[in-house]
Amino acid sequence: MNAASNFARLLRDGQFVVTAEVGPPKGAAADQLLEKAAYLKGYVDAVNITDCQTAVVRLSSIAAAVHLRSAGLEPVVQMTGRDRNRIAIQSDLLGAWSLGIRNLLCLTGDHQRFGNHPEARGVFDLDSIQMVAMVRRMGEPGEFLCGEPIRGERPRFFVGAVENPFAGSLEMRVLRLEKKIAAGAEFIQTQCVFDLERFRRFMVLVRGRGLHRRCRILAGVTPLKSVRMARFMRDQVAGITIPDEILARLESAADLAAAGVSLCVEQIRELREIEGVAGVHIMAIAWEKIVPEIVKRAGLYPRPALPV
Amino acid sequence: MAEAKSFAEVAEMVSSFPRLLVAACAGCTAICGVGGVRQAEELAAALRIHFRIRGVALETEVAGVTRQCEPEFIEELAAAVGRTGAVLSLGCGVGVQFLADRFPQVPVFPALNTRFVGGLAAPGTWEERCRLCGDCILHLTGGICIRARCAKGILNGPCGGSQDSRCEVGDDVPCAWSLVWERLSALGRFELLAQIRRPRNWANGNGGPRSSGGASG
Amino acid sequence: MNPNPRIIAFCCCNCAYAAADLAGSLRVAYDPEITIVAIPCTGAVEPAVVLSAFEEGADGVFVAGCLDGECRYKSGNLRARERVQTLRAALEHIGLEAERLEMYQVSAAMAARFGEIAGEFAARIRGLPPSPVRQRGKSGVSGVDRG
Repeated sequence: MNAASNFARLLRDGQFVVTAEVGPPKGAAADQLLEKAAYLKGYVDAVNITDCQTAVVRLSSIAAAVHLRSAGLEPVVQMTGRDRNRIAIQSDLLGAWSLGIRNLLCLTGDHQRFGNHPEARGVFDLDSIQMVAMVRRMGEPGEFLCGEPIRGERPRFFVGAVENPFAGSLEMRVLRLEKKIAAGAEFIQTQCVFDLERFRRFMVLVRGRGLHRRCRILAGVTPLKSVRMARFMRDQVAGITIPDEILARLESAADLAAAGVSLCVEQIRELREIEGVAGVHIMAIAWEKIVPEIVKRAGLYPRPALPV
Repeated sequence: MAEAKSFAEVAEMVSSFPRLLVAACAGCTAICGVGGVRQAEELAAALRIHFRIRGVALETEVAGVTRQCEPEFIEELAAAVGRTGAVLSLGCGVGVQFLADRFPQVPVFPALNTRFVGGLAAPGTWEERCRLCGDCILHLTGGICIRARCAKGILNGPCGGSQDSRCEVGDDVPCAWSLVWERLSALGRFELLAQIRRPRNWANGNGGPRSSGGASG
Repeated sequence: MNPNPRIIAFCCCNCAYAAADLAGSLRVAYDPEITIVAIPCTGAVEPAVVLSAFEEGADGVFVAGCLDGECRYKSGNLRARERVQTLRAALEHIGLEAERLEMYQVSAAMAARFGEIAGEFAARIRGLPPSPVRQRGKSGVSGVDRG
């Protein structure tokens, strides 16, 4: 397994890892970003930085990752196929590696229609599977997509992808996961799990094919702040399902935020018990300050010290 | 498949030309009900009334052409072009260009927006089915073109936004990859589902307009 | 605004024309400004024909056909209704008021109703100015202008 990334090392050592996510600002300064990162430091093993999520222009993931790294965090750069062709992606990756970035999450990308520039052209030169294969090839055997060898240092990113066990048939999602692993994905972060029952069924199929041994699977969780937020996610965000029992629980809660956090903590505890789940990915966008509490209450604090 | 441009846009285009040849096409645009002789006559009448109300006399001639994409057929318009001095074409983008090439001395206007290549999914409803990529992989996708029908045109779908077999861009759009999955499963062609498709070769069509055989190869 | 409107009515033989005929027999008075054109079915009314009526200077045009389900040719009246809808919208773009065109549906026995329709529509057209097409003299299309 990839030795250059601390995140990779923790997973290889069998640690139950914790990752989180931040969204960069819509402006050209990093101060806001560093504030959010400050909440996470010491409570997570790596931090994903989204790449113009929902096709809204934000400070680039690679630049944000460099800022976070200088603040002492381990970044995971997210890269979508929506905005860049293969030339730009390979170029950006050479640059990212040279700046000390070691972890990469490959995504196809939300359609540009959802963002603030719906008239933009969606590139989609590569999908996530093709991107994973390309990035692994840059590391080993150390070639560009066209077959030409990379000169000098080769970027050997720890490469991951996303899977969504809640969209479409389970069999199809498992097959797609297998394709991502066959293409070279070394870790997977799933979309938020609210329907534990369905997730367990997904993991049964995953284990049946031995996928959890070839790749580290991190289950996604999100603390819900309000019923409105829950409904919004269920109805407006592609690929998220929230069972009615959860909504009902929130609706009847006196303190919604507290209920949302408790729910999240319970989910993490249950996910830890599922064989094949190598960690948890906490997506608390715009609520990063709640992550320390979640990590502590879930019994995941302190985090293993990062090797120097 | 083509659609009529807004009347306002067409009226604006032809506004300074007192004699107009409205050229219909009996090919694709007639088939989708926007470019045939009947539509040409309606448009000509509408324009005449519109300009007359504004105190401008507009004279029109209406002519049908078998196919505007063939020089042999548009040659028949030469005399009418001479009489009128401006042409409003109800052909597709190809027809408009062939007319403009043949009659460079007069302005040629497009009355339609040519939109896509497709077929009749239901009476009166055309759907896009082909993106003219020149590298057909319908044998690998159970006869469903994911370049035309997947909003992202990806080759290893579905993406994470596919929900209940609907595309993330809208509930009215089926997820093409879900359709492929169903079709290939029904055919028992699971090996095709497991294959990873390599990145597409976009070079075909990237270097300017394509042509077939002949002198320009 | 227009005391002497020129109105063309396309009436299908099976229902509307028959109703108009019956109105005549029963001495139900209806507006003399309406010129009735008998057609086999309102489904045969082409947009080009309606446009030519306006181009020749008609102040108002209505199309009268059978009630839903009673068209002798099954759905001619339904098609006519859709065409009239589309044409009304087109009239606004062209520069004429959409109200100058209307679709009505009657059965052959409805003599009184035909009289009502005729009266209603004529009153509407009288309330509008004369067609601007008439006012503006000839275009290059030949046709007798009784303006």
